[in-house]
Amino acid sequence: MIDNLEATVKSICQECGNDRGRMMDIVRAVQQQFACVPGEAMDIIAREVKTHRVEVAGVVSFYAFLSSRQKGKVIIRVCNDIIDMMNGADRVIAAFSEELGIAVGETTADGKITLETTPCIGMCDQAPAAMINDVIITYLSSDQAREIASKLKKDIEPQKLVQKLGDGNNAHELVQTVVHNNIRKKGPVVFAELPQGMALKRAVAMHPAEVIRDVKTARLRGRGGAGFPTGMKWEFTRGANGPERFVICNADEGEPGTFKDRVILTEYPDMLFEGMAIAGYAIGAETGILYLRAEYAYLRAFMEDVLQKRRDKNLLGNNICGKDGFNFDIRIQMGAGAYICGEETALISSCEGLRGDPKNRPPFPAQKGYKASPTTVNNVETFCCVARILDKGPGWFAEMGSTGSSGTKLLSISGDCKRPGVYEVPFGIKLREVLEMVGAKDAIAVQMGGPSGQMVGPTDYDRTICYDDLATGGSVMVFGPGRDVLEVADKFMDFFVEESCGYCTPCRVGNVLLQQGLQKVMVGKAEAADLDYLQELGETIKTTSRCGLGQTSANPVLSTLKNFRSVYESKLQTSTDGMKLSFDIKAAVSQAAGLAERDSVHF
Amino acid sequence: MSDKITFMIDGVEVQAQPGQTIMVAADAAGIYIPRLCAHKDLAPFGSCRVCTVLVNGRPQSACTQPAAEGIMVENNTKKMTKMRANLIEMLLVEGNHYCPYCEKSGNCELQALAYRFGVMVPKYPFMFPNRDVDASHPDILIDRNRCVLCARCVRASRDLDGKNVFQFVGRGPEKRVEVNANARLADTNADVTDKAVDICPVGALLRKRVGFEVPIGKRLYDSKPIGSDIEAQKGA
Ligand SMILES: Cc1cc2nc3c(=O)[nH]c(=O)nc-3n(C[C@H](O)[C@H](O)[C@H](O)COP(=O)(O)O)c2cc1C
Ligand code: SF4
Ligand code: SF4
Ligand code: FES
Ligand code: FES
Repeated sequence: MIDNLEATVKSICQECGNDRGRMMDIVRAVQQQFACVPGEAMDIIAREVKTHRVEVAGVVSFYAFLSSRQKGKVIIRVCNDIIDMMNGADRVIAAFSEELGIAVGETTADGKITLETTPCIGMCDQAPAAMINDVIITYLSSDQAREIASKLKKDIEPQKLVQKLGDGNNAHELVQTVVHNNIRKKGPVVFAELPQGMALKRAVAMHPAEVIRDVKTARLRGRGGAGFPTGMKWEFTRGANGPERFVICNADEGEPGTFKDRVILTEYPDMLFEGMAIAGYAIGAETGILYLRAEYAYLRAFMEDVLQKRRDKNLLGNNICGKDGFNFDIRIQMGAGAYICGEETALISSCEGLRGDPKNRPPFPAQKGYKASPTTVNNVETFCCVARILDKGPGWFAEMGSTGSSGTKLLSISGDCKRPGVYEVPFGIKLREVLEMVGAKDAIAVQMGGPSGQMVGPTDYDRTICYDDLATGGSVMVFGPGRDVLEVADKFMDFFVEESCGYCTPCRVGNVLLQQGLQKVMVGKAEAADLDYLQELGETIKTTSRCGLGQTSANPVLSTLKNFRSVYESKLQTSTDGMKLSFDIKAAVSQAAGLAERDSVHF
Repeated sequence: MSDKITFMIDGVEVQAQPGQTIMVAADAAGIYIPRLCAHKDLAPFGSCRVCTVLVNGRPQSACTQPAAEGIMVENNTKKMTKMRANLIEMLLVEGNHYCPYCEKSGNCELQALAYRFGVMVPKYPFMFPNRDVDASHPDILIDRNRCVLCARCVRASRDLDGKNVFQFVGRGPEKRVEVNANARLADTNADVTDKAVDICPVGALLRKRVGFEVPIGKRLYDSKPIGSDIEAQKGA
């Protein structure tokens, strides 16, 4: 039993008002304190907030950054996603592992340091990257990894590992990180100054319905990936019945290869909060929630400070901007390592202190969202667009971009290119132009929209980036000559298997099978019929899955099967002995042979 | 509002009350939509996806999707049948389903679905997972080898028994059903009279000491395929 466990856990629960709905805050705090949430703590929490122990266990076991097993006080999480692996993350991991004398997933004998790997942490433009507790280290080399490991062994505080600070607000006293913004191309909508409070004042001078009308006139569509018309979503939320309404900003930014929201949060947080307040006014909400992914915890204190400053200026709080009865405030809800929590209904579950399972729809969040009340969930960039629309007018906004996709889009570009970073481009730009801009003319493949999007090849480079052609929530990963697209697809399948919530059959089971089938092709054990097998399995997962994760998780395989079929075909073999190539009779009987303590007579 | 809703399933006109799901309306009309996690006494959950239908061309789970005026539902089509068979096969390879000596054989809804869909041998490779059995309780057995994560026990214990004995832990392929105690079912307030005990569609939650009381051959699905009770309603 850990010293003081009972008293500490009780006081954590108390600080959270013994509120079951704040389970995420409670278990996160316990995890931070004890480097785990042990069973005894679950019992205490359950008692204090009046729930059941197994409910607490369900939450703790759902999130990657929570654990019932004891971990080190320091946890090193190296990103081993595709972009980092292309930049030598495997050498970095090996260096950590050697220097600490432990394998990935283990904790040092003295119980101090745990080494783990993690999917994309939103630092792909400065890969390889790692988190050391909440501290981010980027552009890692294996030498640096060794140095860090040896310092940590000497009990040096992770924050002390930060030496050269990044640019802009990355050097802010409340941030103090090595992260760089890498803003490569500014544009008129997001990456431009916005006079503080102006857009909000314009909004409150209008009727809420007029604000929504402006957002509709601007033809703004959600920037988080799905591209739903924002004005329409707000109208539904405003029109739905409920005692309260909520505005939620989705800052989960979990799609591998996306990091543009990180840059907005760092450099343009005021624009984001202004957009959220405008949304609050438009739909009639008094509460806003910023759902911030755990990987961006290093930005939290800074965000809180920006919020406080806005309260001080009456841009949040009561009677905002002198508008009688317009009360709105924003709180931050931290995530705990789960890609699925970027899905809006899972995000709401998480905000409610539950496992991050998506909810059944209908009802949609606009009707019954957070606490069963009408809720609008929007992406970080979407809120910034709203603020700009109120600032410059809907006509100005709608003139930019293409017909179905107005305005600009932030692209997070990483991988094999000379200038990785964030670019603000008008919708309708050709992929080829983008590749030229980033210094990647020789790209053999581009992953648009992250693993859940599609992989395209050179014949698609003249297509345009917009909702109706090559859609992306912002992730653009570039693969240069010599890269193996099947290896990339395999890495993406790792991601979906790891991140599936496990609620529904096709996603929980199908993705594992799909990855196995893909690997069979990669090792040269597949025959022609196996491609049909992959296609049918992929379509079943896509069609029958319950939420957007499963509905897109087969895309790495389906889109490469479509656009890079020759790569698959070049790996196919034909069986010569009538046996399936993938069937290894020796391996199949080995367990039985072991039990019998003799080899098979026949094989 | 109380006006009847009229819609089509595979070209047949079906009526529904406002608020009814497609599945409930189909049942009343004697049209069987295959299902595993749905149960008439429980709120819809939507996890197995076996009930997936196309609604105006879009996939939806019939157990959760409300019926709506004029929708066209595709249920018993070649495409949906194929996908449902695939889902059943996925569940069969995900766990360890030793039907020949399982106490639930003949009464098992997963097995019955497999027969109805003509699944003889799954085309997917078996995963042979290592899963725990919990026989600590004097009257109830949990064999996770056969659990299909349908949450019937979770819902029944919470909503019918008012107990919360079961809940899920873990995520993705690691997801499993857990009990509300440090480790064992014996340490919960589960009782053999709980509704949760008999509601499991497979042989994952079983009563002890009643094994094979009804002999194989005389069991629920031994002579009639699953869903035939619903189909018998047709025109009734
Ligand atoms: C698995 C999954 C992950 C998602 N992750 C994010 C995310 O990290 N950020 C985001 O804004 N939207 C994400 N989305 C989309 C959200 O569900 C939702 O559509 C979006 O937040 C709505 O905001 P928008 O209309 O402003 O784009 C995700 C969707 C799915 C299915
Ligand atoms: S598709 Fe199903 S298992 Fe996958 S994340 Fe969504 S609900 Fe969970
Ligand atoms: S034990 Fe039975 S009822 Fe409970 S989730 Fe598993 S299969 Fe469903
Ligand atoms: S930070 Fe590693 S892939 Fe994004
Ligand atoms: S019966 Fe509808 S999803 Fe299981």
